[in-house]
Amino acid sequence: MVKKKDFSKGLPDPSKLMDEILAKYPTKIAKKRQKALVPNDPSEDQEIQANVRTIPGIITQRGCTYAGCKGVVLGPTRDIINLVHGPIGCSFYAWLTRRNQTDAPEGEENFIMYSFSTDMQDENIVFGGEAKLKEAVREAYQIFNPKAIGIFSTCPVGLIGDDVHSVSREMKAELGINIFGFSCEGYRGVSQSAGHHIANNGVFTNVVGLNDRPRTGKFQINLLGEYNIGGDAFELERLFEEAGIELLSTFSGNSTIKSMEYSHTADLNLVMCHRSINYIAEMMEEKYGIPWFKVSFISAEGTAKALRKTAEFFGDAELTAKVEEIIAREMVKVKEVAARVKPKTEGKTAMMFVGGSRAHHYQDLFNELGVTTVSAGYEFAHRDDYEGRKVIPNIKIDADTRNIEDLTIEKTDRPELWREDMVAKKAELEAKGFEFSDYLGMMPEMDKNALVIDDVNHWETEKLIEFYQPDIFCAGIKEKYVVQKLGVPLKQLHSYDYGGPYAGFEGAINFYLEMERMLGTNIWKLVDAPWKAEPEIVGSFAIN
Amino acid sequence: MLLRHTTDKVVERKALTVNPAKTCQPVGAMYAALGVHGCLPHSHGSQGCCSYHRSALTRHYKDPIMASTSSFTEGSSVFGGQANLLQGLNNIFKIYEPDIVAVHSTCLSETIGDDLGQIVKKAFDDGKVPEGKHVIYAPTPSYVGSHVTGYANMLEGIVKYFPESTDNLINQVNLLAGWVEPSDMRELKRIMKEMKVANVLLPDTSDVVDTPMTGKYEMYPKGGTTIPEMVSMGDSKHTLAIGSYATTLAAKNIDNKCKVPYTVEDLPIGLKATDRFIATLAKIAGVTVPESISDERGRLVDLITDMHQYFYGKRVALFGDPDQLVPLTEFLLDLDMKPVYVVSGTPGKEFQTKMKEVYGDRCPEAIVKNGPQADIFYLHQLIKREGVDLLIGNTYGKYIARDENLPFVRYGFPIVDRIGHSYFPSLGYTGGLRLLEKILGALMDHQDATCSEIKLELVM
Repeated sequence: MVKKKDFSKGLPDPSKLMDEILAKYPTKIAKKRQKALVPNDPSEDQEIQANVRTIPGIITQRGCTYAGCKGVVLGPTRDIINLVHGPIGCSFYAWLTRRNQTDAPEGEENFIMYSFSTDMQDENIVFGGEAKLKEAVREAYQIFNPKAIGIFSTCPVGLIGDDVHSVSREMKAELGINIFGFSCEGYRGVSQSAGHHIANNGVFTNVVGLNDRPRTGKFQINLLGEYNIGGDAFELERLFEEAGIELLSTFSGNSTIKSMEYSHTADLNLVMCHRSINYIAEMMEEKYGIPWFKVSFISAEGTAKALRKTAEFFGDAELTAKVEEIIAREMVKVKEVAARVKPKTEGKTAMMFVGGSRAHHYQDLFNELGVTTVSAGYEFAHRDDYEGRKVIPNIKIDADTRNIEDLTIEKTDRPELWREDMVAKKAELEAKGFEFSDYLGMMPEMDKNALVIDDVNHWETEKLIEFYQPDIFCAGIKEKYVVQKLGVPLKQLHSYDYGGPYAGFEGAINFYLEMERMLGTNIWKLVDAPWKAEPEIVGSFAIN
Repeated sequence: MLLRHTTDKVVERKALTVNPAKTCQPVGAMYAALGVHGCLPHSHGSQGCCSYHRSALTRHYKDPIMASTSSFTEGSSVFGGQANLLQGLNNIFKIYEPDIVAVHSTCLSETIGDDLGQIVKKAFDDGKVPEGKHVIYAPTPSYVGSHVTGYANMLEGIVKYFPESTDNLINQVNLLAGWVEPSDMRELKRIMKEMKVANVLLPDTSDVVDTPMTGKYEMYPKGGTTIPEMVSMGDSKHTLAIGSYATTLAAKNIDNKCKVPYTVEDLPIGLKATDRFIATLAKIAGVTVPESISDERGRLVDLITDMHQYFYGKRVALFGDPDQLVPLTEFLLDLDMKPVYVVSGTPGKEFQTKMKEVYGDRCPEAIVKNGPQADIFYLHQLIKREGVDLLIGNTYGKYIARDENLPFVRYGFPIVDRIGHSYFPSLGYTGGLRLLEKILGALMDHQDATCSEIKLELVM
């Protein structure tokens, strides 16, 4: 075990570490990676390279466009058959592996436990797979009688010219249910992020707005970018329900397609994972005038802030009082646990390389425990997730980005659906300094000299651990055992290591207790065998 | 109910697969390549494939699984992936310093017609492969066969490259292992030692995907078949290939190239398949079976005779891969169990032929299906139609087991919710003991948990 470093007087200048990392790369690669490594300075506007191609041969954390579209955004929705058009693997690997919990009442549809595929064979690649796809849709309809079917394209589909959109239209006409396709072939973008955008476009075009259900609640919202990993959504649903806020639809934790159909009747959209879902928030505002703002329910303070801001938006005294009552009550429990755990975690260090929002959100939870984030970065984020949305106009649109359709949205031609009242409310609140449609990004909130790295890879991970000797590392399943072999505990922030929930007040408590376990345990001291520390004995009792 | 849309009404399907009992080729290729020492598997396709395969293997082994990818984008998909692979190889050798890179293709690179052989040759010609380093490759189109096919193709890719025949025959046997666990690889090596047969085991994932915690990370752990060992395979006396789906291609290839005759046997799962494995091994190596092995066999038979009443007549549903299912079904039949439903997504007529041999006239009501639409959904429908007493399969079986309240033994790939497969073998007579321990444990735990209080037995 290496002696832990002392960062109590501030984080060290990471230039030497950066030089060592880059020295290993061929010159061209070093030049490219250099732009993705930034020693943070919150007092300045810094630019980081993000959302660019992964270098071939580099052992990356990233996945593909299909994973972002089918796996992340549409995967958690239970009343739709998500039919994967392609060879079997893509559907197999996305089958239940993301831990999206769902609570389907008895008798209602729930296809989450199922994996559907056209299992393309070589003859489908040679002669085309549209006929098989159509047949598979018919069979799915005949056997399962779903109300909606989504068709997801895998790599070969676009290349052989199968048109999932025309098949969808044809099958929709034939079967009379909602069927729509996604051109989310794995190679389409530079990471999962492209798949998020494609999924947003598809859901917005084919689902949102299909049902103009009359209001059912006084305060109607949608929660965007919450995927109910480990039951996060359940905890948030509990809070909203008690506060009297009607959660129309979540995109897409514990969700139904049915609820997304009337999501355009909401008064407000709360955006959790900015990266994966900001497109729908923007499109809903453009079409229906529904305002959005960014929230984070990861951390107790974040949850309180999000609830307060929501209440402030509605400006209703009763709601505000209820929200304050909930916060006061929950914070008592939270603080009690924090007071017990924090003395054991204070002064420890963490690093996190995950997702497009999580690497930011979880820093708040660690802050509540007095744990310093020494280095962090995203797997598939864009510059705005690091630097804030103010940089969006300056982001260079490259060929890979241009490849993903950016829908042009027009104001709805049905005046009864246009939320003039909300548009006015937004203007009024904005004048008072209330922030809408913004995300300030991760970097301004990180310490000086914290090393920010986009799309971190295996080599960099090893060097980071060697340099910082962190107390905990947060990433995903592929990194977990690599890091742990080095004697550093790894917390998975995709799957939560099969724990959670970590959102909301209860979630914060769960996370504190998990950190008490992970940062407080003595199991890592068992690693060295006792005889390793002793001088070698030349034995006389050895049996030969 | 978890699988609330599954009913006993079986509708014939021609196009739709639901809850597959297989996955795609590249993950098998990746696993096989990990059994070579100092080797980094490389996935030539979109980075998602590599990410999914690494995740699947990591969840199964709870150990580091390293592999790199060509990270295709739209451009490479249109213009071909040659530039990506050349650049990839250059980067891999500089940054990760493996001795060998094992490239497998994906549906993407196969669909656009990338020729791995030509690209790898160009990599050597262009000096992208440092002196003394190696690049092997195998085409593994995901739209043909299954994960087992990918394993077989990579194993063939390895033996195409390394074994060389000289004039000096070596008194050793090549043992080509089908898709088994690192614990099984370790057990095979122990059996070979016990039998006093010099051998090269290929691949060998022990000490690669079951590494000890040391506080240090080794990107290339000490396990895996070494280059000199693989080269020497061309001079071996005989090749014994176990698990025909996974190893026949490679065995034939060594024979064609180096004139090493081969015998293909089933994986030694259960009693009779292990008998055949031991007998064949004794014959080709010219050794007598030692007393210690006979004792191991005796212990397994002893357990069977001791506990026969708990096996007899029990109806079993199984899903998994042909190389495992054939000897496992045979074992269950020998215990007087009734393997009534057997399903494998891996296609091929050989499976049906072998299963017919294994069944003979036993359990005539059995339904055995493999290939298209032979999926876990279908198996569940059969169970709904007429129930079983035991389910054997990978982790995905737990959803059926819970819905139907069935004793469940996890066996196959992937097992992502239990540990043990990395450490305790299921091959050989000793592995047979473990299989029976698991089967009896599942059946008896179920009995203990569900029987009336009056009927609870102390001694079983």
